[in-house]
Amino acid sequence: MSNAFDEVATNKWKSYLLMFVFTLIIIFIGYVFGRVWGNNDPSIVITFMVLAFIIAIIMALVSYYAGDKAALSISRAQPANRQDHAHYINTVEGLALAAQIPTPQIYVLPDDSINAFATGRDPKHASIAVTRGALAKLNRTELEGVVAHEMGHVRNYDMRLMTITVILVGLIALLSNFFLRSMIFGGGRSNEDRGGGGGIFIIVGLVLAILAPIIAELIKLAISRKREFAADAEGAILSRNPEALANALKKIKKDSLETKVATNATAHMYFTSPFKKGFWSNMFSTHPPIDERIKRLEAM
Amino acid sequence: MIGWIITAVIVLIVLVFIIAYNRFIVLRNRIDNAWAQIDVQLKRRYDLIPNLVETVKGYAKHEKKVFEEVTKARSALMGATSLGDKAKANNQLTATLKSLFAVAENYPKLEANENFKMLQEELAGTESKIAYARQAYNDSVLSYNNSTEMFPGSVIAGMFSFKQREFFKTEGEETKPIKVDFGDTQK
Repeated sequence: MSNAFDEVATNKWKSYLLMFVFTLIIIFIGYVFGRVWGNNDPSIVITFMVLAFIIAIIMALVSYYAGDKAALSISRAQPANRQDHAHYINTVEGLALAAQIPTPQIYVLPDDSINAFATGRDPKHASIAVTRGALAKLNRTELEGVVAHEMGHVRNYDMRLMTITVILVGLIALLSNFFLRSMIFGGGRSNEDRGGGGGIFIIVGLVLAILAPIIAELIKLAISRKREFAADAEGAILSRNPEALANALKKIKKDSLETKVATNATAHMYFTSPFKKGFWSNMFSTHPPIDERIKRLEAM
Repeated sequence: MIGWIITAVIVLIVLVFIIAYNRFIVLRNRIDNAWAQIDVQLKRRYDLIPNLVETVKGYAKHEKKVFEEVTKARSALMGATSLGDKAKANNQLTATLKSLFAVAENYPKLEANENFKMLQEELAGTESKIAYARQAYNDSVLSYNNSTEMFPGSVIAGMFSFKQREFFKTEGEETKPIKVDFGDTQK
């Protein structure tokens, strides 16, 4: 099982590295935009950064506290009950024991595809949801594997990490947007004051404003994929059965249904990508390719 | 100048001690909590068994031997005190329950009974939870033992008598990767 522990650690530090790169990009953007706007006057730069930051914090607080309820209601999750879902509930309770976290709230999604998601800002306020398709089509150990994967997400605070990441992406998009508008409407400030360096910053700024949101999105997706691998490994550790998780993924591969209750905003939270078709190449996907996930699990 | 350096070093050492000591406390409490969780599940199983035995007796009165074995194993588990004894008794009880469910397969009317099905699911769930709780216990013991053995934790552990703890061992079950499951696994 040492492979599984290494997988968790590797993917964790890779995601932190990506966050670090993210922060550097934001600082760089702030600097470049500030040079263009601010006429080298630091107080204007700082004002803009602070404003954007405040907006980001508000967005973060809202999604931090209300995000899980929103996700659950958009997906039309129903609370599970002991009459119909005894095994599912026992599985979640058992795995919470193994993970040494409080039992999350347990939900069922009214969808016939095989999928699941976890949400919540920390283990004390977490929820797990599984589609009724998963309950019907997976056997006991496979369901255990899927629930264990979600439990891994909860234990690793993945939802919190992704919330912060989404906010950072939003921040970059906001700053870039501001910049492009200011260039279009504001023209330039007094060019004479800038000196030789000004022109370059405008060009760099424009390029950044166009590319940065795309790069930010790619980084967010990369972070999401690393965390999915880590959750697979955590699931294997918790259930002591990587093969069961691999089998669940194989079943999903064969099953052709899309998860209809998912939306673009919630897609990254699911166990496997809710959308089957599309030109999503690997870089643009929230989830790693299923074959790669199966391969890594079978190697454990 | 030297004075400041010495003070800084002393402060650093004291900090290391405090952090390490507190970590030991956290890890040790985690072990105790994990053990308590095992106990909760063992008690739940203990409480479920009489109902199960009565339900099965209703359809299969003659299978006296298996009822006796289950009852005996159940008492043995409640009487066990040391960790080693509890582990052994637990494995014994699991084995007798497996026999009981195997016997029940010969009585289709019993298998169809709603109460029996519910008890079967509950017991299977509890067995799984015992296994998970045991896993959590052993994971906690591993973290703790690692800390007491690695340097510099070993020094501090020695000073404050943080001793190594025992694992909750299984016998024979070690070789099986799949958890005990009385229900049907085919789908």
